[in-house]
Amino acid sequence: MNAGTKFAIGAVLIVGSVGYLMASGVKQTGQYFLTPTELAQKIAVDPSFYDVGMKVGAHVVPGTVSKDVATQTLRFQVTDGSARYPVVFHGLPPDTFNDSVEVVVEGRLKKDGVIYATNVLAKCGSRYEAVPKA
Amino acid sequence: MGRHAVFALCGALLVAVVSLEWALFQHDFNVEYVAAYTSRNLPIFYTWSALYAGQKGSLLFWATVLSVFGSLALVLTPRHHRELLPYVAGVVSLVAAFFISVMLFGGANPFQRLPYTPLDGSGLNPQLQNPGMVFHPPMLYLGYISITIPFAFAIAALLSKRLDTDWLVAIRKWTLLSWLFLSIGICLGMWWAYVELGWGGYWAWDPVENASLLPWLTMTAFLHSVMIQEKRGMLKKWNLALIIGSWLLSIFGTFITRSGVISSVHSFTQSNVGYFFLFFLVAAAAASFSLYVTRLPLLMAETRLESIVSREASFLFNNLLFVGIAFSVLWGTLFPILSELVVGTKITVGPPFFNQLNIPLGLALLALTGIGPLIAWRRASIPNLQRQFAVPTTVGVFTALILLVAGMRDFYALMAIALGGFVVGTVVQEFARGARARHRQYGEGYALALGRLLARNRRRYGGYIVHTGMVILFVAFAGMAFKTETEASLRPGESASIKSPYGWTYRLTHLGISQYDALNRQVTAATLEVSRDGKRLGVLTTEKRQHVDGLGRPTFQPSSEVGIRSDLREDLYVVLGGVVNGTEQAVFRFTINPLVWWVWYGGMIVALGGLIVMWPGGAPAAKRAQAGYAVRLVGTEENT
Repeated sequence: MNAGTKFAIGAVLIVGSVGYLMASGVKQTGQYFLTPTELAQKIAVDPSFYDVGMKVGAHVVPGTVSKDVATQTLRFQVTDGSARYPVVFHGLPPDTFNDSVEVVVEGRLKKDGVIYATNVLAKCGSRYEAVPKA
Repeated sequence: MGRHAVFALCGALLVAVVSLEWALFQHDFNVEYVAAYTSRNLPIFYTWSALYAGQKGSLLFWATVLSVFGSLALVLTPRHHRELLPYVAGVVSLVAAFFISVMLFGGANPFQRLPYTPLDGSGLNPQLQNPGMVFHPPMLYLGYISITIPFAFAIAALLSKRLDTDWLVAIRKWTLLSWLFLSIGICLGMWWAYVELGWGGYWAWDPVENASLLPWLTMTAFLHSVMIQEKRGMLKKWNLALIIGSWLLSIFGTFITRSGVISSVHSFTQSNVGYFFLFFLVAAAAASFSLYVTRLPLLMAETRLESIVSREASFLFNNLLFVGIAFSVLWGTLFPILSELVVGTKITVGPPFFNQLNIPLGLALLALTGIGPLIAWRRASIPNLQRQFAVPTTVGVFTALILLVAGMRDFYALMAIALGGFVVGTVVQEFARGARARHRQYGEGYALALGRLLARNRRRYGGYIVHTGMVILFVAFAGMAFKTETEASLRPGESASIKSPYGWTYRLTHLGISQYDALNRQVTAATLEVSRDGKRLGVLTTEKRQHVDGLGRPTFQPSSEVGIRSDLREDLYVVLGGVVNGTEQAVFRFTINPLVWWVWYGGMIVALGGLIVMWPGGAPAAKRAQAGYAVRLVGTEENT
């Protein structure tokens, strides 16, 4: 077997494992990224969407934020204009969170219709302009 | 002619930058950009850096730096590459023209005036008011922009059909420069994210972060594979593709950052600038790759791979891994868009995806970091392998054993540190052998021999220093496997404890809250007393800052100022979450981040190594070093 063939075998192994890792990575860690409306549609069609880890991107409904510092509980509602979901989050919200930001809520929708968030990311308003950061 | 056009462009853009800085320092709030990013009470340091705080200013900065680099390339390129220069001037001018037209026609003119003059500007986002933010964006930009020069040379070589190995020499240093800026920019960004954003880490696989990593990966691959082309005349197509790809990725990075097509915590600009970039990216990719394809017949390899156990082969695998990592990071970054296009639903992948992929691939790369420099060119013999690998392998195995005995059970972390030991073993062995050879040959003392070894073979030994820095980074990354975190709500006098992975326990006692006004902000500071296993270590302060405008009205969201107690083993990282209204009861998040200090330290060593490799030397000396390099690389078996 010449060196070129051996190298080709090695290359196929590397490319193959990168491909395999990518496919399995997507399968194991991929999460739906939905708007509240899309979430409502999915749930209506397929109730198994309850209790599935996902991300929901939406606006915080102004005036719905209640923060209990002592128990570190944050409650608010999110909407995309039509569907609306209440969210409960335990922990420290990001600095940029307030009642008029766009958020990405990571968590699960339970049968009680509440999204239990494990993570809340807030997009800062227009003023935090993109400065490429690493 | 072409040269003078680039010089004139450079002069005109420098005047524009000086004018914008002048407007910033004069607080000319009639200029929309000045009003949007600065205010009267903004510290002068940040007023200066507001030049690139916003999109419009960054575009101006981009075009200006490109014209400066372009001019330098035209002036500094040695005489025998002169035939390429008209093409280089053309490519640089085209790219600059794109950025300038975005400014002029894409609604991104930084000199846009307002119909009225506000009394004060709205100030700079507090998260950008950090020393890291003053240096991080320009470093990253310098990295992104300077790739244009090697790209321009690559296109010049393709257009002029002067595709000998010669042109590579002209661009190697530019690629290295770009790589160095990008490395420094990425490290500064990690530092900024760590001390400023308060989430307790330095890398989140955010699309914008990934975008800066992509060209870094492909350039690192190029810096390795270019050696194969120089020495063996192989990989010509591959190297050209890497340079073109790196440049496209840098434009892609700018596009991702500017367009907000991928939801990122860091980037959303509601402007149509993104479309300009997308169009430019597609057009540039189509043009450069079709040119590339027409020239493929001129890019035949001069030699073939002789053995799989050779330096060439190990570099080929190293390149495949770099490009594989780059591809998977690109894939993960674009996955939400791709999945929406293909199946109609957005599916995102987060840090677990990137870690799952890149930890094993990164470890394989780390292993090759040690293996590559030890294997002979062309074909390694068994005695050569034994001679080269005995010591480093022993070091690696002993490192693993010591960690196992010490109780470390995390497989990846163990592998990272053991492979790190192996690589450091190879580097020390190389330095020791080189110094001993000089000692014997010239009778130099060992210290002098080491110094001269490094000075006379900058490229090789500087490269080893970069490898050492990378090892330190990998070990530091492995430390994060042992991160621990806890949250507590404390009244003054109460305390919380957190156990360190090293076995000791920190006790943090809340001493109280103080509030005061500073230059442009109202500060709420919480002070904690820190003790470790009963021994008092000192106090730590963490703040919430509410920035205010000139009239004392609040601007922006409150921001956290993290309290960090850092030593070589671990960081104690304290964030003030909030204070219960009207009381001194406060919520804290305590995090122990092992080995973080080594990230900064490793980054500095990587940069130092890069500088050594790049450091200009006299041409004859460089020739000599090159010859010595080739001979020593092949060891005792053969001379090339």
